[in-house]
Amino acid sequence: MSGDTILKVSDLRVEFAGRRSSTAAVRDVSFSLGTGKTLALVGESGSGKSVTSLAIMGLLPRAGRIARGTVRYRGRDREAVDLARLSEKAMRRMRGAEIAMIFQEPMSSLNPLFTIGDQIGEMLKLHGDPGPAERRKRVLEMLELVEIPAAARRIDNYPHELSGGMRQRVMIALAMICKPALLIADEPTTALDVTIQAQILDLMRRLQGELGMSILFITHDMGVVAEMADDVAVMYSGEIVEQSATRPLFARPSHPYTQGLLVSIPQPGRPEGERLVPIPGTVPPPHSMPPGCAFSPRCRYASQRCDVPVALVEARAGHMVRCIKTAEIAAHA
Amino acid sequence: MSASALADEPGFLEALFARRAVLVSLIVFLVILAAVILAPLIAPADPSAMSVRNRLAAPGGDYWLGADAFGRDVLSRLLYAGQVSLTIGCGVALVASVVGIVFGLVAGFFRRLDGPVSRIVDAMMAFPDILLAIALVAILGGSMINVIIALSIVYAPRIARIVRASTLVIRELPFVEAAQALGSSTGFIMINHVLRNIVSPIIVQATFIFAYAMLAEAGLSFLGVGVDPSTPTWGTMINEGRQYIDQAAFLIFFPGIAISVSVLCLQLIGDGLRDALDPRIAKEL
Repeated sequence: MSGDTILKVSDLRVEFAGRRSSTAAVRDVSFSLGTGKTLALVGESGSGKSVTSLAIMGLLPRAGRIARGTVRYRGRDREAVDLARLSEKAMRRMRGAEIAMIFQEPMSSLNPLFTIGDQIGEMLKLHGDPGPAERRKRVLEMLELVEIPAAARRIDNYPHELSGGMRQRVMIALAMICKPALLIADEPTTALDVTIQAQILDLMRRLQGELGMSILFITHDMGVVAEMADDVAVMYSGEIVEQSATRPLFARPSHPYTQGLLVSIPQPGRPEGERLVPIPGTVPPPHSMPPGCAFSPRCRYASQRCDVPVALVEARAGHMVRCIKTAEIAAHA
Repeated sequence: MSASALADEPGFLEALFARRAVLVSLIVFLVILAAVILAPLIAPADPSAMSVRNRLAAPGGDYWLGADAFGRDVLSRLLYAGQVSLTIGCGVALVASVVGIVFGLVAGFFRRLDGPVSRIVDAMMAFPDILLAIALVAILGGSMINVIIALSIVYAPRIARIVRASTLVIRELPFVEAAQALGSSTGFIMINHVLRNIVSPIIVQATFIFAYAMLAEAGLSFLGVGVDPSTPTWGTMINEGRQYIDQAAFLIFFPGIAISVSVLCLQLIGDGLRDALDPRIAKEL
């Protein structure tokens, strides 16, 4: 694990126990996140991106477990630890203080019974309590940092008195108050209006710069990826199918799935009246996976040759693709 | 409620007292409570002072509510007996709630313990209340504390079941997951995030259990298996009066009224609380 890497996930495999057998929701996932950088984990519902983040946090649902692989984490001036092997108690100390998480649903991620000041202050109580007066002062500073207007008044508001965008700001304040080194953001802007979305993304980028934090950004929105991420890992059906720095990935998307994702979103500058091209079909359920490439049933380039397991190989320097036809497709495009 | 009132949402007390019956019940119950607590000050006579001359004296004169077979003042006995009856009701409501909350939270939170705990709760609820209470008092012996313990064991499963069901709902809410993701301990989440959010159904159920426990206590005392017979309770008063039902019906009439009015008030208060604490129903009132 090199010096400027904060998180290195290697060969991660997460299995969920079923009635008879277990199914793997995440298979052979490896990626690393540089200190102060943003890595986007992209994929549609069921691709395993959220499961990956929950596995990192040690918050997998009861039936799930990490079957294989390591999650090496190194915070500020700390020894590297394998989060996958950490005890629940040690893990709890990490959560909030070292690694924080924000969720998709700002509406229900706050307890309706406590004021937002109390809930943010609770975080300070959990990780070394500075006392009531200092706590309130720091909460207030944090609310100002996340640009909540009239923070001094808002601090005593209950969640229902705030709008969705404000609540997401509160969630960010909650996640950031203990100055975590790593922030895992699980679709933090999905439930918000586009204008608010842009503000929240701006805010996250600014805080990242100010606090020197690394972000693992989970999203299905390629537009958000382009705006936020330094590196991208595209997940499909529990595997990473393409992985590279953001620019090369957008310049030369090499996996048919990534290409499909990019042409299925509207873009300015495209000829008027041109139709968006959807990816046909849905992600295969884990119990009826195709024998080879998981994307082959939906892929327009698929042939017999795709029915054998495909490895993630380096197509160009730093650009990994899990497709045997990368060269042909590049020629075709 | 009229449409205009929907604009400014009614506060909890307004919602509670929107029903006249709830307000009246609360006042009546508070009067009973005050009278019972102040018994040493307002009772016209010593509740155990006997007077053979006045045995079975009819209501009126010196004995407002008459005198019993030993010539003891029924009103004074009623007030002192109320202390025992209400203490048992209140004690059972509290103890049953605490025990029920613990078991319900554990069952709702730790899936592994859910099966065993829930089956025990189901098994206990399958017993008829009074039979179980009689058996428990027979084992424990008849004293006020033991009656409270026995009835708490009888009624705790009702609370446990409600707490478990509510816990299962709350624990799946995103804010519980968020609290976990931010490093809160399980105990903290159970108390602050889950328990605090299910207080209303517990309060409502505890009010009903208060009423049930008073009835059950009266039943136990009537059957002679409750509190030691020398301590007057409303149930023992009815039991003692039973023998003189053809000569002095008032002996069972007044304690009977005391029990029914208290229980009715508690039930109505419970109903009112349930509606006022439920945001969906409160708005339709």
